[in-house]
Amino acid sequence: MLELPYVTATANATATSTIALLVAVFGASLVEMVEALTLVVAAGTRSWRSAFEGTALALVVLGVTTAVIGIPLAHLLPIDTLRLVVGALLLLMGLSWLRKAVLRGGGRLAKHDEDAVYVRTVGALAHEPGDKVRDGAAFLVAFKGVLLEGFEVVLIVISLGASSHRLGLAAVGAAAAAVVVAVAGVVVARQLSDVPENALKTVVGVMLTTFGVFWVGEGAGVRWPGDDLAIPVLVALFAASAGVMVLLVRRAVSGARSGAPAAPTALGDVAS
Amino acid sequence: MTGALGRGARAAARFVWDFLVGDTPEVLVVVLVIVGAAYALGGHGAVGVVLLPLLAVAGLGFSVWRGYRAQR
Repeated sequence: MLELPYVTATANATATSTIALLVAVFGASLVEMVEALTLVVAAGTRSWRSAFEGTALALVVLGVTTAVIGIPLAHLLPIDTLRLVVGALLLLMGLSWLRKAVLRGGGRLAKHDEDAVYVRTVGALAHEPGDKVRDGAAFLVAFKGVLLEGFEVVLIVISLGASSHRLGLAAVGAAAAAVVVAVAGVVVARQLSDVPENALKTVVGVMLTTFGVFWVGEGAGVRWPGDDLAIPVLVALFAASAGVMVLLVRRAVSGARSGAPAAPTALGDVAS
Repeated sequence: MTGALGRGARAAARFVWDFLVGDTPEVLVVVLVIVGAAYALGGHGAVGVVLLPLLAVAGLGFSVWRGYRAQR
């Protein structure tokens, strides 16, 4: 009876980290698969059959890689070592994604344009020889596109899944995003240029940075207050920080455009 | 065969380099600093709990500032 509050708190913490894990994996997979879809659709303009075959082979390679690397990692490495290593990896990806999202959100970096990527890829493919039924160039573009875009997803699935011993759940999250993008792609039969990619990238960057800091700390022996309940606190901190940085970059950009000297100084204050 | 293997190894090495360092070497440095700080503070829970997230925020701020300047 006395243990009931503890049990409830533990259940809440587990549910929180499960939701956070699913959001991170689903979001990351969604962003990468939208980018891969553009290349598959571009390859499909030459041969849909070859584009689908290239996609299918890349998905098989990614699935096998997840199983071959992820399962031994989850079972063989000591959990603290595993969390330290994958925490560092997640931090690396999370900070990189957030940095790019902040610069894009602030108007300092051009946003990712699926339409432009599509036009560029179709243009490059137009110079390749081939036939309409089986096309080597279309196969290669689809295979490489899905494989390269999916590799980061595999790293995230393995990192998040293996560290929390929920590799299956992480894989389901990634597969769900792949299915959503594939269905959307089939329905609209073109690249998905209306997806709010930068917003998604910001959310995923925040989640990856959160898990990265959390697990680096856990792996090194830091004990977070409330255990997994520290995750939403870290999410709030990084989301707020990224939001402030977007505003500062925006201010600096508009200040630079209007020739006001004060704005870059404001950005400099953040860094110092 | 050896030529193909060499090309594959070079491509893999370039991919790993781009992934870890790329054009944002400061992010790798920030991560290494955070990992080092986590190890140094492992036994001092409260300090680590506060310092690690702050280091990540400061590192992100530094990288954004560097990216802002690079785009000028």
